[in-house]
Amino acid sequence: MKLLTFSKKESTLYMAFMYVTFTSLLVGGLMGLLQTFVRSGKYTLPFGIDYYTILTVHGVILGLVMTTFFIIGFQFSLMGKTVGMTDKQRKAAWWSFWIMLTGTIMASVMVLTGQASVLYTFYAPLRAHPIFYFGLALVIIGSWVAAFINFRQLYLWKKANKGQKSPLLAYMVTINMIMWVIASLGVAVSVLVLFIPWSLGYTATINVLLSRTLFWYFGHPLVYFWLLPAYMAWYAIVPKIIGGKIFSDSLARLSFILLLMFSIPVGFHHQLTEPGIDPTWKFIQVVLTFMVVIPTLMTAFSIFATFEATGRKKGFTTLFGWFRKLPWKDVRFLAPFIGMVAFIPGGAGGIINASHQMNALIHNTIWVTGHFHLTAAMTSVLTFFGITYWLVPHLTGRRLTPKLNKLGIIQSLTWTVGMLIMSTSMHIQGLLGGPRRSNFSEYAGGAQVDTWISYQMAQAIGGSILFIAIILMVYIFIQLAFFAPRGVEEYPIAEEEDDAEPTPKLLENWILWIAITVALILFAYTIPVFEILKHSPPGSPPFDWPIGK
Amino acid sequence: MNLHKYEKIWLIFGIGSLALFLVIIGFAAFWKGTHPQSHIETIDPQNVEAHEAFKPENLGLNEEAEGKYTVNIVASAFNYDLGKDENGDRVDTLRIPKGSTVLFQVTTTDVVHGFQIAGTNVNMMVEPGHISRYETVMKNNGEFTIVCNEYCGIGHHLMFGKVEVYE
Repeated sequence: MKLLTFSKKESTLYMAFMYVTFTSLLVGGLMGLLQTFVRSGKYTLPFGIDYYTILTVHGVILGLVMTTFFIIGFQFSLMGKTVGMTDKQRKAAWWSFWIMLTGTIMASVMVLTGQASVLYTFYAPLRAHPIFYFGLALVIIGSWVAAFINFRQLYLWKKANKGQKSPLLAYMVTINMIMWVIASLGVAVSVLVLFIPWSLGYTATINVLLSRTLFWYFGHPLVYFWLLPAYMAWYAIVPKIIGGKIFSDSLARLSFILLLMFSIPVGFHHQLTEPGIDPTWKFIQVVLTFMVVIPTLMTAFSIFATFEATGRKKGFTTLFGWFRKLPWKDVRFLAPFIGMVAFIPGGAGGIINASHQMNALIHNTIWVTGHFHLTAAMTSVLTFFGITYWLVPHLTGRRLTPKLNKLGIIQSLTWTVGMLIMSTSMHIQGLLGGPRRSNFSEYAGGAQVDTWISYQMAQAIGGSILFIAIILMVYIFIQLAFFAPRGVEEYPIAEEEDDAEPTPKLLENWILWIAITVALILFAYTIPVFEILKHSPPGSPPFDWPIGK
Repeated sequence: MNLHKYEKIWLIFGIGSLALFLVIIGFAAFWKGTHPQSHIETIDPQNVEAHEAFKPENLGLNEEAEGKYTVNIVASAFNYDLGKDENGDRVDTLRIPKGSTVLFQVTTTDVVHGFQIAGTNVNMMVEPGHISRYETVMKNNGEFTIVCNEYCGIGHHLMFGKVEVYE
């Protein structure tokens, strides 16, 4: 497969997304640090800043802004490398960037001025300033522009290369963006039809349960939107870094299709303890949720198979000899590898969360926060860092020097230690009943609450280590973007094995897979949503004062 | 497409475990009846007193029969109304004898709240327009904290209560 070269203008576009990513990391990370400090009970925020304002900043800027900008920028570069980007597409891509950035700034200003302390889930009937909702809508719309550019890029390539299978990474990007568009329709409907008219006063009340259901229809695919780019790197980029080949092109494509099908009709497992949804439908969505175990196991298998096959080809014959010979000193490998390992306990925790009844023990406790810091912040974000180490120098025409590589390894290990301390103590505190998303409180006092506070101290220690890792990462990013010596850094995309079996044509039958996905969504949501509408209570008027407005 | 032999074994083992796991959850849900709380009963959030359970005089702990209790609670930002004692003072601790069967019924008059008795399986979302119910047997004695575990505004962490289970 021939890889394309980026023009200067293209590189500038992709880098624009990276600047927003790392600015967000610094701001969001600082908020995270302050939160752990406040919850240790030994620190009070200055200038009368409210805890829930910084909590909203942390969630919105890391969960929605940093991830979306990184993913869309990275995916544009993948498409540019494999199927190419025309000048027209590049100009349209700038539109997606500016629309998303405008939305981000609108939402941020509202959050920072205390007009929107509603957390990133913005549950009704807490009402934020209307501009906050308009900002969120723009971020989504900007991401749709990006999605349709990606679709067009692949379409043009297919037209020019009739009968050929699409490049694997372009295929994966397309799947991720199809999933994203289908899923974000839910939140778009919720924001445009329910929240904006209600927050402006055009409708008196809002259907709280419907708004929550639409949010979680989007909220779970959102976490797969973070995960799939990490999978792209694991399947198709890490093999090249370790000097191997793609284990199986068809297997990679099949697992992405399964993830597309089973990532959307699963939102009810976030709503298991809600009073207004029929338990049978909750159960059906629990079953559908668990189906993502299959592509996850496939991914685990093929990645470790690649590791072993590569090691054996290099002549390491003992049972685990190949393992020792992996390039541990190459941060481009080490960072995503730690991410993969973290996904084992992360995924196991996810199974507990989604279990019909077990959820009651940990629902809304800080266990959940610990879970997604393992999955999102360890698995996905650490893999994103691993990508940054070669992507940014490739784009800026610089080199990842041995010194920066070493600093990167220190960064990855610092991040790992910090996250392990913080996430483990969150998991334990959650099992003991400690709530998530709460300011420091001694509640009614007593022995139970005392045990929570000691784990909150541990979280502050973990959080401090994490913030050191963030400063290191931002420093490395600035070096790679502006100061590292000029040179050429490889854009590592692995090839298939020479004797690889042909990929079945069926895997590129987009209409079929989208149709099955839509059918599953209709099956999982039609009747329950109909029931939610039929049994809806009187709607809720907006509430401003609880968020301090 | 061909799957590698080891991968087949791996997938059969994985999918087999998955199936077994789902059967266990399904058995617990449909044969043992341990669904998560979902009563689909609606109420007007601006007039919760129209419902028998949430009239001011019925709030808090009510003994229904020997060893059987109902607890009615109205949540609002940032308070759980656990009723009043015989002197007319606010109740902040529910005292329940060990081994009793207790039905918790909670609703809210304003925003979304959580209701968790930390250290137990009583953990519910409380949403405007709905009644959340959970019945449980208080098997262990001790002091348990009721926490609001869903963000409800800037006083969220000040919203709590206490359950004391005595011998």
